[in-house]
Amino acid sequence: MLDKILFLLCLASALADERCMPDTPHGFQVRLSIKTALGDEAYVWNENEMFLFRASLAFAMRNHMNGQQFEVSNIIVCNETMRVSFWFIVTSPLDTSQLIDQENVEAAIRQSRNRINSAFLLTDKTLEFVDILPTLATLYTHPTPPWLIVFGVVMGAVGAGIIIMLVSSVVQKKRKTNGKPQDKDDDEETRVKTVENGDAHDGVHNMSFSEDERFTKM
Amino acid sequence: MAGDKEMMEKEDGEEKEISERPKWDNKVQYLLTCIGFAVGLGNVWRFPYLCQTYGGGAFLIPYLIALVLEGLPLLHMELAIGQRLRLGSVGVWNSISPYMGGVGVASMMVSFLVGMFYNMILAWILWYFFHSFQNPLPWRDCPVNLNHTAYISECEKSSSVNYFWYRETLNITPNIQTSGSLEWWLVLCLASAWCFVYIGFVRGIETIGKAIYATVTFPYLVLTIFLIRALTLPGAADGLVYLFTPNWDTLKNPEVWLDAATQIFFSLSLAFGGLIAFSSYNAQKNNCERDALIVGCVNSFTSIYASIPIFAILGFKANENYNTCQNWNILQLTNAFNIGDENITVENYQDWFNQLNATDPSEVESLDLKTCDLHTFLEQSASGTGLAFIVFTEAVINMPGSQVWAVLFFIMLFCLGLSSMFGNLQGVLTPLMDLHLIPTWMPKEIFTGLICLAAFTISLIFTLGSGNYWLEIFNNYIGSMPLLIVAFFEIITVVYIYGINRFNDDIEWMTGRRPNIYWQATWRFISPLMLLVVFVAYVVMQAEKSPTYSAWNPDYVYFPLAEVLPYPGWVVAICGLLSAIPVISIPLVALYRFICFLKNYIKTRHNPNPYANDVSSGDL
Repeated sequence: MLDKILFLLCLASALADERCMPDTPHGFQVRLSIKTALGDEAYVWNENEMFLFRASLAFAMRNHMNGQQFEVSNIIVCNETMRVSFWFIVTSPLDTSQLIDQENVEAAIRQSRNRINSAFLLTDKTLEFVDILPTLATLYTHPTPPWLIVFGVVMGAVGAGIIIMLVSSVVQKKRKTNGKPQDKDDDEETRVKTVENGDAHDGVHNMSFSEDERFTKM
Repeated sequence: MAGDKEMMEKEDGEEKEISERPKWDNKVQYLLTCIGFAVGLGNVWRFPYLCQTYGGGAFLIPYLIALVLEGLPLLHMELAIGQRLRLGSVGVWNSISPYMGGVGVASMMVSFLVGMFYNMILAWILWYFFHSFQNPLPWRDCPVNLNHTAYISECEKSSSVNYFWYRETLNITPNIQTSGSLEWWLVLCLASAWCFVYIGFVRGIETIGKAIYATVTFPYLVLTIFLIRALTLPGAADGLVYLFTPNWDTLKNPEVWLDAATQIFFSLSLAFGGLIAFSSYNAQKNNCERDALIVGCVNSFTSIYASIPIFAILGFKANENYNTCQNWNILQLTNAFNIGDENITVENYQDWFNQLNATDPSEVESLDLKTCDLHTFLEQSASGTGLAFIVFTEAVINMPGSQVWAVLFFIMLFCLGLSSMFGNLQGVLTPLMDLHLIPTWMPKEIFTGLICLAAFTISLIFTLGSGNYWLEIFNNYIGSMPLLIVAFFEIITVVYIYGINRFNDDIEWMTGRRPNIYWQATWRFISPLMLLVVFVAYVVMQAEKSPTYSAWNPDYVYFPLAEVLPYPGWVVAICGLLSAIPVISIPLVALYRFICFLKNYIKTRHNPNPYANDVSSGDL
């Protein structure tokens, strides 16, 4: 009896292993780049980390397929490599011979991707589910484009500058026209004064008197 | 007494006219304005490209020879003639000989047309400046399509910086015939650029003189900051070595000499009439020889100085691209062969590659690894708008603190362009003022505003979807050949019509020293000859190339490569018109004056009037 049970168990586990293989139509490949992500603080990938992975995947499956109680044993892993990469398949908790199809698994992973990533301190790029494209982060669209704000500020300053310039030139002109008639009178007065004061440059120098003065020193 | 009073009033009027001509507050203002006009965007984005294309350090030789034989003599001549005759470009050539008045008209037209498209570039710079205040910078990431499943294909195939420039800024059409519509965001930026120009230009040199203190000194400050920052970036040394390593073979190529001559000519902003206008506001007793030497040398020094940080940053960008390329290869190998993470590094990549290729060549082949060569990335430089808006913006993304560098860079470009714009517009305003074409009731502020408004309205063509294609046309066909022709006629007029001896006397009177043998030789023979040779070579080269342009067409088979299309017939006609119209004014004005002269001559021959005597014989 015991032999038969043992044989069946081996068969069952062998069967389960056979379903998990590279390029299986029911599972996915996972690649982790721990050293790239964490550098010096990288942890070593060992069985405990693998257990955490299986547990978080079970968590994701539970979240997605409500009601079904996925366990760690439902996540079957194979082909682990030094890269750290491996393949996994998911069996149904109700019937271990049945595999969950790819679409459901993919949807579950997408839904809980963030939680799985943070469990390992990794990102979408460093914890890679091959063939599951990460949802692209949309750029944050601002309600008012920030460039319009900068434009408004700059144009406001420039517009104020233009108005100040124009107003100042108008004020300057007004001051000139007010001061001009006074200035003109002053100019004429001073010019007339200099002429009347007999500046030698304007008139003709009368040589006769000066020559007499020079020679007749008596 | 009445006669005396009349004489006094006449003196009063003359003094008023002499004192009413605006003048510079001090010598520094004048020099800075001339330097600002000469130093423009070309110093930053054309000279480094030429240096790199034509064998690095070796290019400096034809460049400096062109400066000494062509640039400095023409510069000295323009500054001297403007200072002596105290008139703008139209007035100067009119007063030397009425038959050569067309040269001034040509200068004025070219200045106006160039000012129009140059300000569009300033508008683009403003657009990028406004967008540099975001985190992350908008040209870093590709936008996602509506389903959020993938990036927009146009962006994915080219790159995010290309997409931002061609699609989000220009919204460019696939060819020049498709005009598209006026892009409202570009119209806004163009209006703000013109407002900036107006605020500096509003009262002519009074306001320009104050504005240039900021706009001319700031670029040097930014260049120094960039220099310090760029030299600390990884890969900067590669860029600099690549730039300055002389390749003496390129000197055998005549195209290098032609490009050096044209570069120095356009770089000094000769033949625009702006320099004549600026020097006409000087006191007459001013050492224009020293000014010319200062402006010319500072211009060349700025070109060389600017190319250092530019190429350091391009070297950094090439290094980044090279690392990305190599890391991609490493990742492919790591994933395919399931080697431990980070076991393959850049250093031991070659060993690993050889080992894996030996054991499993077919697998390695199937990976389609890229060949990463640093030189290929270094060669990917560009000039003009490509350098500023595509290459440099890509480099800035990878620098820490990108927003600061982007803001500084675009402010620097804006200041460089703005000071050149002042020169362009002054080359339009001064002749109009000297010809007394401004109605006396109109204050100067309104007139300058009208000039800016007219230029803004016409330059709205550049805000269309096909605007970039039109700008290329304007740049190639106005900003080149007409200037060479105008400069040639300028030097011929001064040396042979005005008379080189009279010119020498004038300079001796102004500076106290007669120009030495170097100036004599270059003015009389070398510079006109060089201009003629450059002009002929330029025409020959243009004629050899069929008129084509590179279009950005997302539906092109080989996208993202540019599609090379020929210009349609009507566009070629417009190109011809743009080149011909400024130049045609030279013979037209000469012809008009000759006809007037003939009319007068025929009139006096048929009707000899003994009283119509030019000589005043009133003193009896």
